[in-house]
Amino acid sequence: MATELRNMRLYRRRSRRNAIYMGLSLASAAIGLSWLALILGTLVINGISGLSLSVFTEMTPPPGGTGGLANAIVGSLIMTGLAVLIGTPIGTLAGTYMAEYGRYDKLTPVIRFINDILLSAPSIVIGLFIYEIVVARMGHFSGLAGALALAVIVLPVVVRTTEDMLLLVPNTLREAAAALGTPTWYIIAKVAYRAARAGIITGVLLAVARITGETAPLLFTALNNQFWSADLLAPMPSLPVVIFQFALSPYENWRDLAWTGALLITFAVLTLSVLARVLSSKSGGER
Amino acid sequence: MSMMANTLGAASAQRTNEDTPEKISVRDLSFFYGESKALKNISLPLYERTVTAFIGPSGCGKSTLLRCLNRMYELYPKQRAEGEVLMDGENILNPKQDLNLLRAKVGMVFQKPTPFPMTIYDNIAFGVKLYENLSRAEMNERVESSLRRAALWDEVKDKLNTSGLGLSGGQQQRLCIARTIAVRPDVILFDEPCSALDPISTSKIEELIDELKDQYTIAIVTHNMQQAARVSEFTAFMYLGELIEYDRTEKIFTTPSVKKTEEYVTGRFG
Amino acid sequence: MADLSVETTNSLSMNVDRTGALKRFATTDAIFRSLTRICAISVLVILGAIMVSLLEGSWLALGTFGIDFVFDESWNPVTVKFGALAPIYGTIMTSFLAMLLAVPLGLGIAIFLTELCPPIIRRPIGIAIELLAGIPSIIYGIWGLFVFAPFLQKHVQPFLIATFADVPVLNGLFAGPPYGIGMLTASLILVIMILPFIVAITRDVFETVPTVLRESAYGLGCTTWEVTRNVVLPYTRVGVIGGCMLALGRALGETMAVTFVIGNAHRISESILAPGTTISATIANEFAEAVGDVYFSSLIALGFLLFLITFIVLAFARYMLLRLERQAGN
Repeated sequence: MATELRNMRLYRRRSRRNAIYMGLSLASAAIGLSWLALILGTLVINGISGLSLSVFTEMTPPPGGTGGLANAIVGSLIMTGLAVLIGTPIGTLAGTYMAEYGRYDKLTPVIRFINDILLSAPSIVIGLFIYEIVVARMGHFSGLAGALALAVIVLPVVVRTTEDMLLLVPNTLREAAAALGTPTWYIIAKVAYRAARAGIITGVLLAVARITGETAPLLFTALNNQFWSADLLAPMPSLPVVIFQFALSPYENWRDLAWTGALLITFAVLTLSVLARVLSSKSGGER
Repeated sequence: MSMMANTLGAASAQRTNEDTPEKISVRDLSFFYGESKALKNISLPLYERTVTAFIGPSGCGKSTLLRCLNRMYELYPKQRAEGEVLMDGENILNPKQDLNLLRAKVGMVFQKPTPFPMTIYDNIAFGVKLYENLSRAEMNERVESSLRRAALWDEVKDKLNTSGLGLSGGQQQRLCIARTIAVRPDVILFDEPCSALDPISTSKIEELIDELKDQYTIAIVTHNMQQAARVSEFTAFMYLGELIEYDRTEKIFTTPSVKKTEEYVTGRFG
Repeated sequence: MADLSVETTNSLSMNVDRTGALKRFATTDAIFRSLTRICAISVLVILGAIMVSLLEGSWLALGTFGIDFVFDESWNPVTVKFGALAPIYGTIMTSFLAMLLAVPLGLGIAIFLTELCPPIIRRPIGIAIELLAGIPSIIYGIWGLFVFAPFLQKHVQPFLIATFADVPVLNGLFAGPPYGIGMLTASLILVIMILPFIVAITRDVFETVPTVLRESAYGLGCTTWEVTRNVVLPYTRVGVIGGCMLALGRALGETMAVTFVIGNAHRISESILAPGTTISATIANEFAEAVGDVYFSSLIALGFLLFLITFIVLAFARYMLLRLERQAGN
């Protein structure tokens, strides 16, 4: 009888402890999620009031004046596009080497390790690096330097996803192609890439999402520009840098535009991420 | 036992092999995965336009032997073969042997159907395009004849431009056979081609193999002894990397000369 | 099957045709192989180039100040005297404080997601958290500056200062005045920034626990907490540590979120309410306006230090995650 009582008490204590810890877990989920929701809510409220057509058509204004973010948006698009154009082919080919030709190469694990480091390296350091090797040498800031800095950020993301996606392609498919007398490059181009296509595109989209909001590497590569600029060798404005500059300014109209810009960037990044997710789940169903 | 003997009689009565030339001669072949020896000094012939079956318990090396015949093992590191495999008198294990050429001559059908992620038509045209510059009409003809040969034409002729992944397992496997014969090999290797299929699809594939031997030299690895008995003229029984017995199929299944073989074919182990 | 006799073409007749194709194949294969290899090696080259160029850029500063650069607190462009101690302290301190809060919170959410959450909302919440992990840090920065810092200044910091005024040690840590911006604010912004990251990784890591292991513990009558504490956490320890180190790497290198709210003061204060600076905030704020070679070189030297610190942390993180992967593979 006594032991039963003792066991009962023990059980109650265990249940209580469980309830406490699970309560804490629930609380942390509530705190974390509502905090994030709060940020997004503030962003939408503050950003949406400034949202109008002029944001997309007019240049960044002087302090106190009216204007939009057109030159910054275009600058961001140009540099992002160029970065993807540079980073994607190199990244895809590098990932191809790691998963296909060099799968059993002793160099491959080393490259994978270094690539992972590069993947999470502080982006400001990459900005400094491009400053050292491009800006300092050319003697002035430029959109090209900004695009190169972003390309260095795109590269490891694409390398990683390409390798992962190619490794998911079953070996039996490669063997089946090889059994027909197919050379390796043809197997890669016509079978492996085709099977991994959706995954690789997802990786590129995620890379674009990543660089869309990157500010630190652009601060001293592309710098900024009050005006319209499509000249890759001149300083080029970008949405994140304009937000940075405007948010820290004392001018009301600049601050409002910063909020609007922040909303635009968040919207763009979320759209890209959702797109990438839809694409990857679709390809997963196919397999 | 007696039933099996009957089916055997039917299969092998059609042809005598004494005068058939050897298409492939395996001579003193050993195979290594790293340090471990997976094949131990195997020697056997594969006669032209004949079906030879490799049987034995899992891990006996039968698939490994098959993969030596088109050097599929070269895709992986630390795998190597020693000895000789002569095809039409030439040693295909020679490092100078072009692997793509070898594999175009020695086709292979795998355990699981492996259609490429493309249309049925492109699946067939894939290998053909590599080596031959065919006109559109010639290619259409080649695709049709290959699919007919693989007894798949009637089922897919109206959906050649749909994905090969949409076919049933048995159809996919026949698509893979069609793809293999489209490049006109001399030899076809089957690596347990029916192990992932239902009984009806299995019997279709077996019929197909029986028809294909008019034209091709065939080697088949199988787990299923009845299947070996039904489709092959010669059978090699392997155990732990060694060739225990090689003989006419009817002999292996009725009066094997080695005790181990008898134990295996009567189902006492394996 | 009567038409099949037409098919009996002998492949030997085609061997002539094939040699040309084979040569082409071999050439293309060789070219494609070297091309991919060059691209793969470029990854190594880039990392090497980052190291070399930063070291080269910081040579002047390191030569001028020597080892003192790391241990000196003064940062004075006028007297051209630069020491990195304050930014190093700020970087490590903000990241440390952020981890102190973010790790338990993140683990709590991950446990909630894997063990408690009803399956219907598990996926949406998981997706939401992954999406949040992708939101650029400048968004967190701008929110911190305009919303969070004023809120802390008005409501939280005066309360902290008043509460701990008479408690030894803590009264130093929470000494006034309430600036709003400062080390604590930066740390809290870092928490919210790395939180989705920690949750996403630890959740993935928790999911590597074999179902049988979990079920057999539940089968013994264990409570959810006991299963988590005695089965899930020990099994995934290595991976959780690895994931947290990755998050730490992110916190250490984070620039924009911190730059907005840290206050940019090159000094080491006892109080965590006081403004400070971090390595990345210093670079972001001063690089474009730096005058003079030594000043410039000192900023690059800061970048080099940051790279070294994060390199070590990230290398350790990857090593831990690799170990979990091997364990899960077996």
